[in-house]
Amino acid sequence: MNMIQSFFNSLPNAIGQGLIWGVMAIGVYITYKILDIADLTVDGSLTTGGAVCAVLITMGWDPWLALLMAIIAGMLAGLVTGLLHTACGIPAILAGILTQLALYSLNLRIMAIGDTSPTKASLALSPDRNSLLVSSRFVRSLGLNNPLILLILAVAAVIALLYWFFGTELGSSLRATGSNGNMARAQGINTDKTKVLGLVVSNGLVALSGALLAQYSGSNTIDMGRGAIVIGLAAVIIGEVLFKKVFRNFALKLLSAVLGAIIYYMVITLVLRLGLESTDLKLLTAAVVAVFLAIPHFKKKYFTKKAKKGGRSHA
Amino acid sequence: MLDVTGVRKTFNAGTVNEKTALRGVDLHLDDGDFVTVIGGNGAGKSTLLNAIAGVWPVDEGTISIGGVDVTHLAEHKRAKYIGRVFQDPMMGTAASMQIEENLALAARRGQRRTLKRGITARERGEYKEMLKILDLGLEDRLTTKVGLLSGGQRQALTLLMATLRRPDLLLLDEHTAALDPKTAAKVLEATERVVKKDNLTTLMITHNMRDAIDHGNRLIMMFEGKIVLDISGEDKKHLTVEDLLAKFGQTTGSTEADDKLLLG
Repeated sequence: MNMIQSFFNSLPNAIGQGLIWGVMAIGVYITYKILDIADLTVDGSLTTGGAVCAVLITMGWDPWLALLMAIIAGMLAGLVTGLLHTACGIPAILAGILTQLALYSLNLRIMAIGDTSPTKASLALSPDRNSLLVSSRFVRSLGLNNPLILLILAVAAVIALLYWFFGTELGSSLRATGSNGNMARAQGINTDKTKVLGLVVSNGLVALSGALLAQYSGSNTIDMGRGAIVIGLAAVIIGEVLFKKVFRNFALKLLSAVLGAIIYYMVITLVLRLGLESTDLKLLTAAVVAVFLAIPHFKKKYFTKKAKKGGRSHA
Repeated sequence: MLDVTGVRKTFNAGTVNEKTALRGVDLHLDDGDFVTVIGGNGAGKSTLLNAIAGVWPVDEGTISIGGVDVTHLAEHKRAKYIGRVFQDPMMGTAASMQIEENLALAARRGQRRTLKRGITARERGEYKEMLKILDLGLEDRLTTKVGLLSGGQRQALTLLMATLRRPDLLLLDEHTAALDPKTAAKVLEATERVVKKDNLTTLMITHNMRDAIDHGNRLIMMFEGKIVLDISGEDKKHLTVEDLLAKFGQTTGSTEADDKLLLG
């Protein structure tokens, strides 16, 4: 009984986490589902977003401006990966890994800006000392300071903006690039440019998620982004599996990634209450994603066999 | 309209897989020429079309379209001048996008893609009319994902996309080879119609000698990376499959000029 009660008590926090990671999942959706690229930059750019935002806030910047700078920093990270991939011909996965590794060093430096030591592995933020847009401390509050309000609005704004963008000529050319590069080039689309653009937009969103996460959780640590890509994929896949049949519109597909993230965090909260250590979560997440990625493969095998059987009986 | 001069291309140069696909190709097409291209497997037909389309850079020679030197222009920049239909029906369309979205992408070939709407209401009406002419029942399925269409439907759609903005040059790379005979005939008929209507300068590769003779005003044959036969005008009109086989034997000095060599 106690466990169930504590689970319900921690639900608002899980929803808050889910909304923030939902923004990140939308970023992953753009590269993984639309561009058909697995972009590993995100493990680094999530932390970069958090680092830039946290540093600027501790230096007394306006939190909105800090958020904007975090987005720009993430976009630059995406630009680097994009150029490594297109201009330098490095396979997308490797390009992402290279940027991610480089960002590790860079993030340690960013967090030490304005500090006496050359590098720093964590930064603390507190609603008492810093002006924060979202903080998990007020997640059960009934007032306007409840972070869930702002997070829901932020997610809605991101989805609306992307829905508009992917309906434009430029956005359509990005979708065509992921769907069929040959066709896109034959129709005069510079697929290198669209890939870079997709990576820039995606990592901008991931950094935004990192910036929100740093404020919400009250700290930014160098390890924050480790395995972020897998959590993002988990959210995308959970959302797809659960809502594929009902959500056909593009905006709803993005929403399903956010819902996937929220469900992911609810499940995580539950298993933590069941006695798992938080350090076990990466194992669990990896297992969940592996299983869901394997399902289509096994489904295909299974259904092919069935079709053959049917074919024989009709022959 | 098209000028290909001394074009050479070798793949995997310096390796055991070295393959010289084009050994100095010269080709001039007048405005409105409809040229069919035949030749055995590995003769360099597709390589020639890909060289013109700019899929990769050529080793030597120059290519110009309508007086514009495109030799060093990237594939997507050349697309401004060229409409293409591929052998593989999967290659010419974006499967995960709707019919109207594919058409809207094609309608903007060679233009800057901006933040304007990807497709307008006026366009939708136009596409509906165009699809009606194709007579494949696609006019009522504008928002259907292209991945759900049959190979023939996809090729017909690709043809429409290639010619939606009048191209200076239309490249057809065995675009009916993957279709069943009935569908192939229908797509070929649509090709003939659209080429005639807009008086398009066209290069069409085919494996079918009959089609090569029946269509177009000029026929070229390729062998080992070179154009070995070029027949046009009255000669082309009176050409028979037997003539073609005999001519092939003379030109290449091969006594084994049989169907197999030509039809692969």
